[in-house]
Amino acid sequence: MPDDAMEPAPQAPAPVRHHETVVTGPMEHDITDGGPDMVQFVDGDGNRLPTSPANEAYAKIVEDLTPEDGRSMYRDLVLVRRIDAEGHALQRQGELGLWPSLLGQEAAQVGAGRAMRRQDYAFPGYREHGVAWCRDVPPENLLGMFRGVNHGGWDSNANNFHLYTIVIGNQMLHATGYAMGIQRDGDVGTGDPDRDAAVMAFTGDGGTAQGDFNEALVFAGVANAPLVFFVQNNQWAISEPNYKQFRIPPYQRARGFGFPGVRVDGNDVLAVYAVTKAALDAARAGQGPTLIEAFTYRMGAHTTSDDPTKYRIAAEVDIWREKDPITRMRGFLASKGYADEAFFDAVDKEADELAARIRKACQEMPNPPKPAMFDNVYVDPHPVVEREKAEFIAYQASFEGGK
Amino acid sequence: MTAQKLSLAKGLNAGLRKAMEHDPKVVLMGEDVGKLGGVFRITEGLQKDFGEDRVIDTPLAESGIVGTAIGLALRGYRPVVEIQFDGFIYPAFDQIISQVSKMHARSLGHLRLPLVIRVPFGGGIGAVEHHSESNEAYFAHTAGLRVVTCADPADAYWMIQQAVASDDPVLFYEPKRRYHERAEVELDEDAGAPLPLNSARVARAGDDLTVLTYGPMVKTCLDAAGAAQGEGKSLEVIDLRSLSPLDTETIFTSVRKTGRCVVVHEAPTFLAMGAELAAQVQRECFYSLEAPVLRVGGYNIPYPPSRFEEDFLPDLDRILDSVDQALAF
Repeated sequence: MPDDAMEPAPQAPAPVRHHETVVTGPMEHDITDGGPDMVQFVDGDGNRLPTSPANEAYAKIVEDLTPEDGRSMYRDLVLVRRIDAEGHALQRQGELGLWPSLLGQEAAQVGAGRAMRRQDYAFPGYREHGVAWCRDVPPENLLGMFRGVNHGGWDSNANNFHLYTIVIGNQMLHATGYAMGIQRDGDVGTGDPDRDAAVMAFTGDGGTAQGDFNEALVFAGVANAPLVFFVQNNQWAISEPNYKQFRIPPYQRARGFGFPGVRVDGNDVLAVYAVTKAALDAARAGQGPTLIEAFTYRMGAHTTSDDPTKYRIAAEVDIWREKDPITRMRGFLASKGYADEAFFDAVDKEADELAARIRKACQEMPNPPKPAMFDNVYVDPHPVVEREKAEFIAYQASFEGGK
Repeated sequence: MTAQKLSLAKGLNAGLRKAMEHDPKVVLMGEDVGKLGGVFRITEGLQKDFGEDRVIDTPLAESGIVGTAIGLALRGYRPVVEIQFDGFIYPAFDQIISQVSKMHARSLGHLRLPLVIRVPFGGGIGAVEHHSESNEAYFAHTAGLRVVTCADPADAYWMIQQAVASDDPVLFYEPKRRYHERAEVELDEDAGAPLPLNSARVARAGDDLTVLTYGPMVKTCLDAAGAAQGEGKSLEVIDLRSLSPLDTETIFTSVRKTGRCVVVHEAPTFLAMGAELAAQVQRECFYSLEAPVLRVGGYNIPYPPSRFEEDFLPDLDRILDSVDQALAF
């Protein structure tokens, strides 16, 4: 009998388990590492990274950018951070009721926003102040809803930037329907760069759990709609980390819906710009949707009402501070000789002026006249609203000296 | 000769066709609305004539249907959405309440959602669970929505066109047990302008008591009024047609004349349309009332299995019982 007959019969391999299946055990998870698929062009110190399998498809787009483009992106990053800081400060001073900070996500939003063309349309959540800036939406417009004088109120069609949407995920379907409208208008795949249009739908890692998000992926896939889903994975849905939200990262989910998904370093503005531009170009050309996951980090609280020290450790924040998008872009521009101290100082000065402008606009923002709350409930007159408005006005007037 | 004998279902079909011919921005969306023509065949033949871009067979997801319809409306289209059955609207509840109803107001008037959401509703067809509900009060309760319902083929034909033309979002309730009721429909607008979408209609004039009803119960109430006539009781039947807003002038005028009022609907009575109608009638017609406003509706239980539905739904006897109670005061 040959020796090998004495070998024990081979056992079936144990099923591969990537993480604990017990209910309470978190899976292995490094939230500071986006993995080998992540598209990246500039490292945390501002060094241009070499071509890699992940980034080579986008390298040409980055190479085509001029030093002026780089400076302009840097300026956007700084100004957007300053808008955000001012919103936060105004909340602390009692001028705003709430502010959702984008701190740490500037590159994700500026890279995405700048990749859009005039005729493209953005459907934001409520943290997309940086996208708004890139769409030329005056930052003052964003304050009204957080001050409580309106629920948004800006004209979305003025800048192709839809109203903020607070119910997580609702807007993904609106974006999909809008993109279906673009298809019906014939504004896809004509080859005319001023005509072909696409839509960007913004949400966060938390939003990927919503039914509406997943339904939007179904509808967009089926319609082959000109649409880019842009998920800012900032690692935290208020207090819930990624591992409580999904078992595969969002970019891998796209394949299951029939279109590509890409993970990009959300703190690398050049990489975000390049990946988004490629996806938008494909969408406008009639090649259908893409899901982009911008791997980033929410440096601040969920909103001014939140206290992240209750659920996350400072060491994690420190690691991400090393990946700061502005420091990184500044290092890149400086090391390449694309910008000097005078330029950086001028941008800082511009940011101070912008902040002062926003602060003043906020402080001077009047309360609308009270009867205005009855306006625009319906397009055509509605007898109940009309009657109650009249009753309200009469009631208010019944107080001596008015109420 | 432009009058035709049509079923309520064919009236809707003809009305949708006319709306689509009139405005190329009108698109229909829903589950099975294309080749099949919808499970009730309301959209039959429309995809063949208007193409797949205008009659869209959607994936099976109601929130997705309404949510994408919002996006199409924002792009300038006028989507008409079909919810296959009343009980399937709840996955879209969030989009309807959180987005559809509020978009015009929260944009301070910049945005409009000229959206129609068609809902076959009510029972009486022996269906399984979730196919027989009357959930109109949820939507009538919500500011920013208009809620209407047709009761006969002529209203089906005209009201669906008016709903599509409305710049406000409209919940359009269709009495599914009446889809096959037939009547002469005047198809030509010049032959007499149809009632405005917001108006109630005196379906039968009478002197002794006002019956307020809508949708599938209009026919039942007219039958009841016919039976009451034989006993010397003259009932005025009002088809509300619009549930939000209510045509209160027609309602109050009638109740002030008759002094008595019974509200009839299929929906369970608690916090339903009857509650609102009773409250408004007692306030505005207080000195004309000879009896309290009574309500006849479904019982306050989940819609029962179909073997029970004849006893659950208001019928001629239950309506006449309440009529007698009101007249006895």
